[in-house]
Amino acid sequence: MASNPFTEVVTKISKAPSSGEYAADKLLRGIVWACAAVILLLVAYIVFELGRQAFPAIIRFGIDFLIGTTWDVQKQTFGILPEIWGTLFSSLLALLLGGGLGVAMAIFLTQDFLDDRVSNVFRTVVEMLAAIPSVVYGLWGIYVLIPLIRPASQWLNETLGWIPLFGTSLSGPGMAPAALVLAVMILPTVAAISVDAFRRVPYKVKEAAYGMGTTRWEAILKVMLPTASSGILAALVLGFGRALGETMALAMLIGNSNQISLSLFAPANTLASLLASSFPEAGPLEVKALMYAALALLAITLLVNILGLWVMKAATRKFEGKA
Amino acid sequence: MSEQASQATLGRAVLTEPRLRASVFEGRGLKSRLLTGFTWFLAALAALPLISVIYMLVAKGGARISWETLTALPPAAFEFGGGIGPAIVGTLVMVLIGSLISIPVGILAAIYLAEVAPSSRLAQVARFLAKVLTGFPSILAGVFVYAVLVISMRSYSAIAGGISLAVLMLPTVILTAEEALKQVPQRMKDAAYGMGCTRAQVIGKVTLPTATPGIITGVLLAVAGASGESAPLLFTALFSSYYISGLEGLAEPTASLSILIYNFSGMPYDNQIELAWTASLVLVLMVLALNILARVLGRRKA
Amino acid sequence: MSAVLAIDPTETGEFIAEPYQPEGATVIDCNVERIFYGDFLAVRDSTVPVEKNKITAFIGPSGCGKSTVLRSLNRMNDLIPVFRFQGRVDYHGQDIYAKDVDPVVVRRYIGMVFQQPNPFSMSIYDNVAFGLKLNKFKGDYDEKVQTALERAALWKEVKDKLKNSGLSLSGGQQQRLCIARAIATEPDVLLMDEPCSALDPIATRQVEELMLELRERFTVGLVTHNMQQATRVGDTTAFFSVDISKGGRTGYLVEMGPTQAVFEDPKQDLTKEYVRGEFS
Repeated sequence: MASNPFTEVVTKISKAPSSGEYAADKLLRGIVWACAAVILLLVAYIVFELGRQAFPAIIRFGIDFLIGTTWDVQKQTFGILPEIWGTLFSSLLALLLGGGLGVAMAIFLTQDFLDDRVSNVFRTVVEMLAAIPSVVYGLWGIYVLIPLIRPASQWLNETLGWIPLFGTSLSGPGMAPAALVLAVMILPTVAAISVDAFRRVPYKVKEAAYGMGTTRWEAILKVMLPTASSGILAALVLGFGRALGETMALAMLIGNSNQISLSLFAPANTLASLLASSFPEAGPLEVKALMYAALALLAITLLVNILGLWVMKAATRKFEGKA
Repeated sequence: MSEQASQATLGRAVLTEPRLRASVFEGRGLKSRLLTGFTWFLAALAALPLISVIYMLVAKGGARISWETLTALPPAAFEFGGGIGPAIVGTLVMVLIGSLISIPVGILAAIYLAEVAPSSRLAQVARFLAKVLTGFPSILAGVFVYAVLVISMRSYSAIAGGISLAVLMLPTVILTAEEALKQVPQRMKDAAYGMGCTRAQVIGKVTLPTATPGIITGVLLAVAGASGESAPLLFTALFSSYYISGLEGLAEPTASLSILIYNFSGMPYDNQIELAWTASLVLVLMVLALNILARVLGRRKA
Repeated sequence: MSAVLAIDPTETGEFIAEPYQPEGATVIDCNVERIFYGDFLAVRDSTVPVEKNKITAFIGPSGCGKSTVLRSLNRMNDLIPVFRFQGRVDYHGQDIYAKDVDPVVVRRYIGMVFQQPNPFSMSIYDNVAFGLKLNKFKGDYDEKVQTALERAALWKEVKDKLKNSGLSLSGGQQQRLCIARAIATEPDVLLMDEPCSALDPIATRQVEELMLELRERFTVGLVTHNMQQATRVGDTTAFFSVDISKGGRTGYLVEMGPTQAVFEDPKQDLTKEYVRGEFS
């Protein structure tokens, strides 16, 4: 401990911190360091534990697991290609819809279309969309969305059935309702990050565009959108990542069917909903296989999220000057 | 004189007067208008599902709201009546467990990231991992806790459910609290250092109290998110038809609103489906109340 | 030490100001050899004695290091990780840069008032009592708070709203609150780093009058960019300049003495030009 050399100085009040104060200082630093380290340990533990649990299945099924198409407990054969396909297909469809809507919403909210009151209404809409729990979307999907799109699916199947996308009709749960709900769920993520991206564009850029005599849309499409493009890309990638890991609504809506189909109206499955629907009743070997599937899901989402964060960092840096 | 001369040349140069009035059917203007209309359409389209969800919650869920429904045990397959009491309590208990773990750890970690060593290697890695974890599929939190806790405890439990919620809340708490701590002006901290505060005293007496409203906002958003989670509870807490009984009850399977909705949604009985809607209404109200509270507190700070 | 310095200190001119020998007792004997921010040499060769119960004004063009030197007197600069100090600062004869001295202790004895008013977001009362609580003062808090606010000429304005937030006050009141906060613990030195730069002329005059009264009780070090302020309140003036001849920006002391002498009969040409307003 540092000594106090100023004891002779005549002030009545000032005094050096007590040993208790120094101890508290040390203690606090130690505790906050440990708590920051918790997040590292947690991630390491998650990866380690999932890997350890999946290890027997990895040894037994190897790479065949990732390209196998049957999930049969009786025969003890497990393959997750349909789930990987379903995960990517549903997320991609959701991204096309929800991503587009999200970016449109961001343009709507940031490019002076609305007075403050109306824009607050839409901002609240986006925030509430984000706040509604996944399982409630699932319930809504079952009792509102599926009955709603079933007639349309029948018509599309009958008239345009030769297009693979409409190759079957919707008998109940399926890819279309799942993707639609997923789109609604990633819309707020995409909108929020895109709004930030537009906000980062310096005002002078917009001013310059208007100064050149562009219409509002020319300014948006030719100047604002390209300038904010990397941030919007990050929004889309992170929205995609969100869609990949989404579970409950999909488990309730996608039909949990182990098949690969291009049809929007066929039942399908995703990695997350496979876990949700099979885990509770799984036998010992199936649990190992599910752990392997969980590891695959972890790998895919981590990859996409890290990519998204990396794009975002690049996007943010663009406006922080030279650096 | 020179002014006159320049005006003369200008007059000669501009032979036709520019037409400044806009024409409704001119290409650019029309395109602009169409795009604006289309954007309005898209924004309205985005609001449509929300309106529909809210309508259904109020119409279907509101119909069964009563004290009995809110407190009674869930019905068995062919029973009539019944309620969602244990599920409400279970959700509250597990969110509380998750909060008790994630909030202190998260805020302390945020102090390290924002105040103690913002640019240290540990802080950079922790910040990055927290961001990565915000996109972590919630079901994997369930799988993880199942592997480390449920297997060793040999039972599904409220504790396991709460811990899986804590895993999901932690990154949100860390990132929002760090943001709130960073908003405290440097000159305020300088004043504290200038008075002779140790680092812990600056944090405890000035930075943390000043950042409290912002931290509360972030924490409430994390709590709101956790309340609506279901995937991580699926095979950590499982479900139960009874109230949690005492402290030992925390080590037993526990009901939650979200799992009740999931379970009942697929049943072929109207009674259960109606209860699923009521449970949804209660859950959404809980989540929205926390959201609104968070935003009100956040706004007061600013 | 790093091999690449922004400039070689031996080439920035050999000029070293004549040391000022004060008549009265000194509280701080500041003897800067070099101050670095990383590889950047910010200040060199400056000896500044701070006399007891006097106001020592630090003036000079921007970038001359006057603030850096002042903030070295209570080791505020230690909060900047790349800051490096070479030399001695003797406070009552003891080097505050000695290895076993904790900067936290130094700051408890030497108070500071900053450029921007920076009250804490707590009540007026708690702002003033902050240092007392920090030093675990046992005694009558109300009396100490009142005395500090009176000395800061703020008591009359705030005595009925001590519970209000310190941030609810006007800029000038906030700065006087910060002065009250700094003097509540009765430190024997008060460092003021351009305390009036964010204030309007009326608030500036109030703070200046305050400084003259504080001089009775405290020793004051004052950085100011306003030469009139130095002549109005400074007993002693230290004039710093900045050497940009070789592409660096290194501040150094040019001349120090009683304020009247520095302004009316400067010994250095540079001082003459500066006080005549020929450069700033």
